[in-house]
Amino acid sequence: MRQRLTLEPAPGPLEHLPFRFERWADGRVLVTNMVGEHVFLSGEEFVALAELRIEDPALHRRLRAKHIIRQRGEKLPVELLALKYQTQHHRLADFTGLHMFVVTLRCEHSCNYCQVSRRTVNRTEFDMSPDTARAAVDAAFRSPSPQLKFEFQGGEPLLNMEIVQLVTEEAQRRNATEGRRLAFVIASNLALLDDDVLDFADKHDVYFSTSLDGPQELHNRNRPRPGRDSWERAISGVARIRERLGHHRVSALMTTTAASLGRVRDIIDCYLEQGFRDVFLRPLSPYGFALRQRQRRGYDMTAWIDFYTEGMDYILELNAQGVPVVETYSALVLKKMLTNAPHGYVDLTSPAGIGIGALVYNYDGAVYASDEGRMLAENGDTTFRLGHLAHDSYETLMTGAALLDPLEESYTGSAPQCSDCAFERWCGADPVFHHATVGDPLGRKPESAFCRRNTAVFRYLLDRYAVDPRAREIFRAWAAR
Amino acid sequence: MTSLRGRTLAATLDRPLTRELWRLVDAQPASPDEAVIGPDRIGETLNVRRSADGPASNAIVLPAHLDYLAAGDIIAIAPAGTQVEVLWRRRSPHNSILLTERCDNYCLMCSQPPKERDDSGLLRRAAALIRMLPPNAPELGFTGGEPTLYGGGLVALLRTATQCLPDTELHLLSNGRRFADPDFAAEYATVNNPRLMVGIPVFGAESSLHDYVVQARGAFDETITGILALARLRQRVEVRVVLQKHTAPAIVEIAEFIARNLPFVEKVALMGLEMTGLARANLADVWIDPYDYLGDLAEAAQLLKHAGVRTNIYNHQLCVLDRRVWPLAVRSISDWKNEFLPECMSCSVREDCGGLFASSVKHRYSDHITPIFQSAIPAPPSSSAFSRP
Repeated sequence: MRQRLTLEPAPGPLEHLPFRFERWADGRVLVTNMVGEHVFLSGEEFVALAELRIEDPALHRRLRAKHIIRQRGEKLPVELLALKYQTQHHRLADFTGLHMFVVTLRCEHSCNYCQVSRRTVNRTEFDMSPDTARAAVDAAFRSPSPQLKFEFQGGEPLLNMEIVQLVTEEAQRRNATEGRRLAFVIASNLALLDDDVLDFADKHDVYFSTSLDGPQELHNRNRPRPGRDSWERAISGVARIRERLGHHRVSALMTTTAASLGRVRDIIDCYLEQGFRDVFLRPLSPYGFALRQRQRRGYDMTAWIDFYTEGMDYILELNAQGVPVVETYSALVLKKMLTNAPHGYVDLTSPAGIGIGALVYNYDGAVYASDEGRMLAENGDTTFRLGHLAHDSYETLMTGAALLDPLEESYTGSAPQCSDCAFERWCGADPVFHHATVGDPLGRKPESAFCRRNTAVFRYLLDRYAVDPRAREIFRAWAAR
Repeated sequence: MTSLRGRTLAATLDRPLTRELWRLVDAQPASPDEAVIGPDRIGETLNVRRSADGPASNAIVLPAHLDYLAAGDIIAIAPAGTQVEVLWRRRSPHNSILLTERCDNYCLMCSQPPKERDDSGLLRRAAALIRMLPPNAPELGFTGGEPTLYGGGLVALLRTATQCLPDTELHLLSNGRRFADPDFAAEYATVNNPRLMVGIPVFGAESSLHDYVVQARGAFDETITGILALARLRQRVEVRVVLQKHTAPAIVEIAEFIARNLPFVEKVALMGLEMTGLARANLADVWIDPYDYLGDLAEAAQLLKHAGVRTNIYNHQLCVLDRRVWPLAVRSISDWKNEFLPECMSCSVREDCGGLFASSVKHRYSDHITPIFQSAIPAPPSSSAFSRP
């Protein structure tokens, strides 16, 4: 007769694997392992974990399954953690994938929150020149990334379609021998969309990203232009793109202003009415023009957190009713919480996405580590200016102190208060934000609006995930996108 | 699927058979390894004609339960004609070859209880069988016992199958432990057949539960290490989870483990118990009513689906499955193993249901088998049109 094995864990001493924790107000403790898998423990369970006196076999199994403890010397959990950690950082080796071209600073809108100092429509000295555009395409192809996304920014890029076309055609011509996966996106208010632009987008597989702040009067108040018809023009542009190129060829982004607060349901309804399934509840950026205007237009992060919370409650309600609407930022966070898959969102990674995730080629040939870094420069702060296409080699741009120092200083794996934060694996480093707000790339987390915002998002998502099976399923579906 | 065995009712042979495997044909045999059923008493008598024999001089009378045999099927006959085994059914999509009854696991619910004896004759017979199979065979499974105990012998067999049946989907069932040996994993990968997949059971998210279920200390670490080795060698892996008393309460945890640690596997099969072999002997220790884990099973299946892993549910009746996961349910029970209960007769989704194993009907099945009336199913919410509540 065989000796029957029992369900008891194999005998032998236990040891901790790296883990971090955060106490909840109700006494529960969130524990995350080194790749961001999480469990909630009761106070007593947490003490048992801390002291490695785990008598409950179910708790023992949970903690081992989540790679928070191991039997002394056990190899498999470490091997699996290493694989997951490696997968999470896989994209780093690809290097810069997003290349933003500021083809002009001109714009016919005069939005209060605009992050760039707009120039009037007829001042062409703020347009990118053909030589600069070609040099920028060269620089983009120096990146080893198998995927290159070319994003046209402004100002309003439709005011300089000549350069948009030049960059697109030049990139495609070069790609005949390079064999990368290329994508082209025009970030536009769509007010000047015409058939020529649509013909061009059709021929070259160009996508559009537009601004939609919500209902008509809110949008038009936030985004003034001659004729006060920004919303009407955006909506009609969206319709024309969809009709001509397909529904998926245009996406929309909103910015939360003081006027948006309390109106999150209206904003989400507006997105749905306009046929969008993705809503990005985005706070105001504290940069450039927007920073200067802050006293008048700004609001406290607490107000945004209320806005986000009400919006997410509504979005989950809609999903429960069969309306599959997604909050884009939460979906990105959930991807990090629930999978090892690296996402392509450069504003929530560590090491930060500056330079190594995204590069900005300004109209005048200057190269910036991020769009926000370029905006700071428009206001006189050139901290994140990496160099100039005409004078600096790719090597100089990418290995200078202007890029490497803030990357290293802001790295969450070693930053004070980040390195021992239970949310670290889901968060990111934002050296430009912290530089802009407190003057150094690291910032002080207790005072950081970036930290407050993300912590609030993590807590909201975790709480819903823990108690609401429906939300759990929706979140898993979002994480899979 | 295991071999169907039977004692023959009578055998009239002029001398012992010198070959074991015979392919059944309708008319005059064309080659020396073919035999004809009938015509003496249709469907019951096997006329074994050797190439040099006169007509019908050798006859074997088959037991009644084998009267479904038809042309194209392949059987094994003992030398004296007293024993017969069905090895291949032309019309079945689920043909499997039993390679050994030896195993280094001893799963509580094993449907093919391991036996500790040299049965390597099964491996040699498998090689002979493969050479007789029609090249257009859609699918062929290899089961045990634990086929990898043969090491290089198994690899040689897989290579033979790859050469003889290049268009056939090959499916190997293994506990995966042997693949933890990098040399064996590498040797297996040299078979280099894109139609070869190995199905490996995982019964826990850590070692204590898995090792208990398979009754082998250290098995979990070897199995997972083996799966990782196969993934590095770009081999196709299916993970199988059998839902029984101990694994069912942990099914969400197990699914999370697979999604997070083994998301590269091609497929996950969530399987109901088959009440044969050790599952019957250990009934009290393995039985759980599927109704009791219905919610968890649905959550686990959806979770895996969202993680991008192709997931199917096997051996479960639709009336004890959450409707959200009906689309993942496969009618998997072999036609000769499945049955329905009297209450199933009025069920409107019986056609889509896998039914029950005959062994379950006999020994244990859910207390919650109830007919479903399709009209009661609400239309699923539209996912395209935006409809405001």
